[in-house]
Amino acid sequence: MTAQTERAPRLRRFEMAPVRGIWRHELALYKRYWKSQSFASMVEPTFFLLAFGYGFGSMVAVIGNYRYLDFVATGVVGTAALFTSVFPGMFNGYIRRVFQHTYDGMLAAPVDVHELVTGEALWIAAKSAVYSCTPIVVGMFFGLDPAPGMLLVPFVTFFTALGFGLFGMWTSSVVPSINSFDYVITGVVTPLFLIAGTFFPIDSLPDWAQKVSYLNPLYHCVELVRDAVFGLDPLADLGHLAGLIAFAALMWVIAVRGMRRRLIA
Amino acid sequence: MTLQRTRIAAARASSGAAAISLRGVVKRFGDFTAVDGLDLEVPTGVCLGLLGPNGAGKSTTMKMLTAQAIADEGEIEVLGFRVPRESKRARAAMGVVPQQDNLDEELTARENLEVFAHLYRVPRGARRQAVDDALEIAHLTGRQLTKVDDLSGGMRRRLLIARGLVHRPALVLLDEPTVGLDPQVRAELWGLIDGLRARGTTVLMSTHYIEEAERLADECALMSHGRVIARGSPADLVAEYAGDRVVEHYGPPDRLTEVERLARASGLPTRRTGPSVSVLKAETIPPSLEDELGPDGVRRAANLEDVFVVLTGERVE
Repeated sequence: MTAQTERAPRLRRFEMAPVRGIWRHELALYKRYWKSQSFASMVEPTFFLLAFGYGFGSMVAVIGNYRYLDFVATGVVGTAALFTSVFPGMFNGYIRRVFQHTYDGMLAAPVDVHELVTGEALWIAAKSAVYSCTPIVVGMFFGLDPAPGMLLVPFVTFFTALGFGLFGMWTSSVVPSINSFDYVITGVVTPLFLIAGTFFPIDSLPDWAQKVSYLNPLYHCVELVRDAVFGLDPLADLGHLAGLIAFAALMWVIAVRGMRRRLIA
Repeated sequence: MTLQRTRIAAARASSGAAAISLRGVVKRFGDFTAVDGLDLEVPTGVCLGLLGPNGAGKSTTMKMLTAQAIADEGEIEVLGFRVPRESKRARAAMGVVPQQDNLDEELTARENLEVFAHLYRVPRGARRQAVDDALEIAHLTGRQLTKVDDLSGGMRRRLLIARGLVHRPALVLLDEPTVGLDPQVRAELWGLIDGLRARGTTVLMSTHYIEEAERLADECALMSHGRVIARGSPADLVAEYAGDRVVEHYGPPDRLTEVERLARASGLPTRRTGPSVSVLKAETIPPSLEDELGPDGVRRAANLEDVFVVLTGERVE
């Protein structure tokens, strides 16, 4: 054996191999659950869309320049991106770490915590990016005009879901028990979902609440989706996108840190 | 790539380096010191049994070898890689069989192995064969499409072991591999582990089943309170600490206390064995003491369990 082969190839700090392994795991699970997951992920936003679109739509025909149903169809995309990312992040993160010990098993293989978190979050984001487009498709059946900008929507929802999936994983590393998620859901997820300009524009809110919504990543998601569908406003939209990416980056840092604290003694 | 790495690791190890080396390792959890100045070397190709009561620090030691626990002090090397700094490379070259079953119950046996073939970097072209081989080692070829949830306890444990072997590692860590299993299943797993040893794989196996260590281990390290207190082949350990033969005396509590007092006065180790007191190193009992102890003793061969109890204490906290 020569001196050159003596030293095994150095494994880089971040590798795609573990991410692919994690996706292989997710894919095997998804093959079992795609029906129920797809049902929940696609039908729930459709219910929101139809209930609000028709329920409210009969009283409020127009908001700003939009037909109310179009306003809601684009807004509910954000709701879908939130729900299909934050809940898997929270519950899978907790169940796989605490109950199934899946993560302990993976970390005994050449997988580091940051690769584990990244692999899980990318899967959640990719799945959510696709599912979150459902309201747009359904909206088109109810008169939403097709637009080329709609093709940008999956990218917007990808970054949104990446951030919220990581946020969910982070909370899973913080809560003392799975029941504590009640605080996160009612205390954080619900308000985020309500003050994002989904069902009503935020300028109808009191001044302080408006300011709070600017800090809500979901608001930036909803704004971006509306602009993608109804016409871009480049400067503002770059700002929204930067906000979403910054949110995802911050959540990655704290999710990795939180998971490492829990998984490495 | 993985095969190559394994061979490299094996080559490096056969050039004299130990497969595992821990020097002065300390691990604290708050006020509790789980591992307290541990020195341990595992030579290449050896099956080392890490024995000790619950809480001796065996599992913590295992976790430190994969950098799932980080030592507060000391140096750790695994297959020539410094841990935790180069732990990813060490983990790529070793297989780990955890104490706690963490198979994915919702996936089939085969899918579980496929995921780990990916994680262990088995190259794409070799993956199918690697999974087939691992299934065969675990005698699960016929059950590969069964969901783990539907496998028996013994099959699950075999699959768990196979998962740690899917990349043909040079070193395998087995943490309590047969805990909680039926005797038949344990015997079957011992066959599997013995097969590993026969192939030249280095094995570090923690256990608190004495019989397991006696049957499988070339060498045993006895741990207590976070450090190794005795080391040697099972036979040597028995000879050194328990001698050749043991006499067990039965009787009421007063009688047992008396036997203990008499034996210890003559410098012989004793241990409680349920309703009896065992006097170890019975072959060295002087005739005078033999008279005092009386003729009611039952003779048996000394074993590793005697060593275990004598060295780690009668009571376990």
